[in-house]
Amino acid sequence: MDEPQVTAALAAEHGLNEDEYRRIVAAIGRIPTYVELGIFSVMWSEHCSYKSSRRWLRELPTTGPRVLQGPGENAGAMDIGDGLAAVFKIESHNHPSYVEPYQGAATGVGGIMRDVFTMGARPIANLDSLRFGAIDHPRTGYLVHGVVGGIGGYGNCIGVPTVGGDMYFDAGYNENILVNAFTLGIVRADRIFRASATGVGNPVIYVGSKTGRDGIHGASLLASAEFGDGTEHKRPTVQVGDPFTEKLLLEACLELMERDAIVAIQDMGAAGLTSSSVEMAARGETGIRLDLDRVPLREEGMTPYEILLSESQERMLIVAKAGSEDVVREVFAKWDLDAAIIGEVTDDRMIRIVFRGQEVACLPLEPLAEGAPKYERPAAASAEAEARQILNLDHVALPGDYNRALLGLLDSPNIASRQWVYRQYDHLVRGNTVVQPGSDAAVVRVKGTHKALALSVDCNSRYCLLDPYVGAMIAVVESARNVVCAGAVPLGISDCLNFGNPEKPAIMWQFVEAVHGIRDACNALGVPVVSGNVSFYNETEGRAIPPTPTIAMVGLMDDVTRHTTQWFKGEGDVIVLLGRTREELGGSEYLAQQGILTGTPPWIDLQVETHVHAVCTRAIQDGLVRSAHDCSEGGLAVALAECCLSGSVRGELGAVVELEGAIRPDALLFGESQSRIIVSLRRQHLGRLRELAERHETPFTVLGEVRGHRLTIGSLIDLTLKEMRQVWETALPRRLGAA
Amino acid sequence: MRWGVVTFPGSLDDHDALYAIDHVLGQTAIPLWHKERDLHGVDCVVLPGGFSYGDYLRCGALARFAPVMESVAGFARDGGLVFGICNGFQVLCEAGLLPGVLTRNRNLSFVCEYVHVRVESAATAFTRACGPGEILTLPIKHGEGCYVASEATLREIEEEGQVLLRYADAGGRVTEAANPNGSLHNIAGVMNRQRNVFGLMPHPEHAVEKALGGEDGLKLFRSIAASVAAGHTESVASVAPGP
Repeated sequence: MDEPQVTAALAAEHGLNEDEYRRIVAAIGRIPTYVELGIFSVMWSEHCSYKSSRRWLRELPTTGPRVLQGPGENAGAMDIGDGLAAVFKIESHNHPSYVEPYQGAATGVGGIMRDVFTMGARPIANLDSLRFGAIDHPRTGYLVHGVVGGIGGYGNCIGVPTVGGDMYFDAGYNENILVNAFTLGIVRADRIFRASATGVGNPVIYVGSKTGRDGIHGASLLASAEFGDGTEHKRPTVQVGDPFTEKLLLEACLELMERDAIVAIQDMGAAGLTSSSVEMAARGETGIRLDLDRVPLREEGMTPYEILLSESQERMLIVAKAGSEDVVREVFAKWDLDAAIIGEVTDDRMIRIVFRGQEVACLPLEPLAEGAPKYERPAAASAEAEARQILNLDHVALPGDYNRALLGLLDSPNIASRQWVYRQYDHLVRGNTVVQPGSDAAVVRVKGTHKALALSVDCNSRYCLLDPYVGAMIAVVESARNVVCAGAVPLGISDCLNFGNPEKPAIMWQFVEAVHGIRDACNALGVPVVSGNVSFYNETEGRAIPPTPTIAMVGLMDDVTRHTTQWFKGEGDVIVLLGRTREELGGSEYLAQQGILTGTPPWIDLQVETHVHAVCTRAIQDGLVRSAHDCSEGGLAVALAECCLSGSVRGELGAVVELEGAIRPDALLFGESQSRIIVSLRRQHLGRLRELAERHETPFTVLGEVRGHRLTIGSLIDLTLKEMRQVWETALPRRLGAA
Repeated sequence: MRWGVVTFPGSLDDHDALYAIDHVLGQTAIPLWHKERDLHGVDCVVLPGGFSYGDYLRCGALARFAPVMESVAGFARDGGLVFGICNGFQVLCEAGLLPGVLTRNRNLSFVCEYVHVRVESAATAFTRACGPGEILTLPIKHGEGCYVASEATLREIEEEGQVLLRYADAGGRVTEAANPNGSLHNIAGVMNRQRNVFGLMPHPEHAVEKALGGEDGLKLFRSIAASVAAGHTESVASVAPGP
């Protein structure tokens, strides 16, 4: 076999710097073979090794009485009672989705679902958090259509409902979009499968699709480097998805898991066969020997390098109990899938690869996994970071026409109805979707119990750019507030940390600040981080995305019948604001529409936040409130409009509201002060709610009443529901065209 | 009665159909595997929603060749009740058990939303628990639900009263705006001439509980149950063609 000569220069082409190459040579005591260099390059890539982030991620709270599995496995798992666990994780597929939006997004969805069913859990809900460039940027429409099409194409075809998500448009993502996919599954708490290869002599079995040449170096070259010229040329590193095969793989894996045949199982995701075998052997403190001649191949003439680094989709690696090979074959044959014994577990703490009778790689596990480089990269705020915070509201004129200002916000692609997106997703299959897309959080019931889970993803990257610490805190508390508004108690999060190039101190500073924000907010709420993903290098020719620490929050409610939605329910109900409105406009959608992108994000007091949650949760559990809606982008006025407009029954309920406050009227209406929830309730419950708020020292303001077919706010706003709906519902289709 | 729900590779709403029959309707439902010919003596065969075989070719084009479909065709010939939902409807059309074919939605994209359908005839084995002209609210979720047939076929199925459900607005008016996918004559569901095979694009199995989007779908399941209880062939024979 003719293989390139391994040198420091070749290592550099593989994304390994000189020092890293020297460390490899020192660790194995010789120059690696070409195949071995390939293995090191993926295992030491930022994507697989978390070399720049690990030191900081350790600061996150990851434990708690309900945590059954924290970070480090395929996904996190939390105890939800009734002998069941919720398994969930969010993961990025950013670079591939920019290069090839349909397949990039589709395989992102496919990958995260495999991470969840690998643990033995049946996926019951997906969410997607999307960030695109300015909506009028020439490439945005193409990317939105591709990404939404890919998510639907995969999710709809595998029978897992896409129940929610979030989406923002910002010029900061013009050249680097974000596609973060989340899956939640349910498993018996005593039947969680893990990925630790144990039992010397146990067979290593390859199941699922055959291996082809797609996705080679997806993890190392595509996900772990900035974009420059020639992004288009990276298209071959994007994988191609086959949701039909994944559906078969899902059913076959879950069926096999009933048969007591599996010791360990892991998805072949990023870095394919290499990372799955190395990681399983490293966790088990064993070793693995693989015979590549037995790997089912899609094409002829594939080299060991290609077989090991392929990122072909819909594949799993299983360590089976010796003697149960026939059971594995039988189950996979039933589902018409390949199952091939390709190796065995050894005890020498080595990964050995045999091809055509020859050992083509023989590497110790330690330097590949735990021994991968860890960096504490320099972090320092840039000069611009400080300049961004300067905002003098005296120079911001009040709007002449508040009605127009509100309609302008309802027309914003960041606020308008998301129906254009979610009607392209099957959000009903499996029959658990109690609250469909269009409320603060989606709610899915847990069959066989009275329980339900509320799900939300959130991150306002405009806040994060102005202050990554505060912005990340807000992402956590707002996602928590969303599930609280649905009637759930925050249970745990999965985070997807999307940033630019960590080798730049200004980016590293954003990252460290954001991790600290997540840490502090999670500690205040008592919510652990059980899984997650870091995506660096979201940067093109030096232009980085705004820091985007996306938070996926899972909340638990004991009684599904107590769930609440955001829209008004009945004429004559009283509208109450929990929380306080301050004169805060920094980072608001309102100022952004005027081209003002500086300032400080809203103030966040974590104690106040927890008090507001306590009031809302108790009020819902006691059956006092009929709707609850978080105040976020666009402030109180937009939140009230959404209470009138959203809802599957096409709510035709207006509101008459009086607002008082010694602050600028535009801040009163459109400011994005945190820790606020709008609830509506029958008048007879007003006293009890007031008492509850007082007990928790939570500001309580009666705003008005649900009435008529207009939204009237003092003397400032007076609009019919019809004219608001017209704008709010058509904003996306008008700009993006037919779905 | 016993219901059978077929699972093809790529069937997705098979669990939901089983759940609707078993948990909500309280009747016996058994899964039928695509590789097996035995229908286990069921009284009604349900072909569920999904993407059988991935539907990479035409929807339902491969499923019709599954071993179980030979038995389903025989069962239908003998007058057994067959109920095809979404992909099941597509499979029945491909198998020639129902007239017409389902093509890409008019706007070319997948659509998941609640629609109103008008019951065109309540005097059939599949709709007897509904009122004539009753409006049902059911979800649709498909990318290829645009019902198409030749002029002659359309005329025939209309004359024979084989069109059982039509997309309509909340007031029962059959309008272009109420048509979510471009189906000819707003057709949402048709049955065969022998009146024992019925296919529809909306998902009645996803409208069986108040807490999850309403109960209108139950009426179709209850109709079938009542027909079987009454000996459905008799009810079929006594029904005059619809308008």
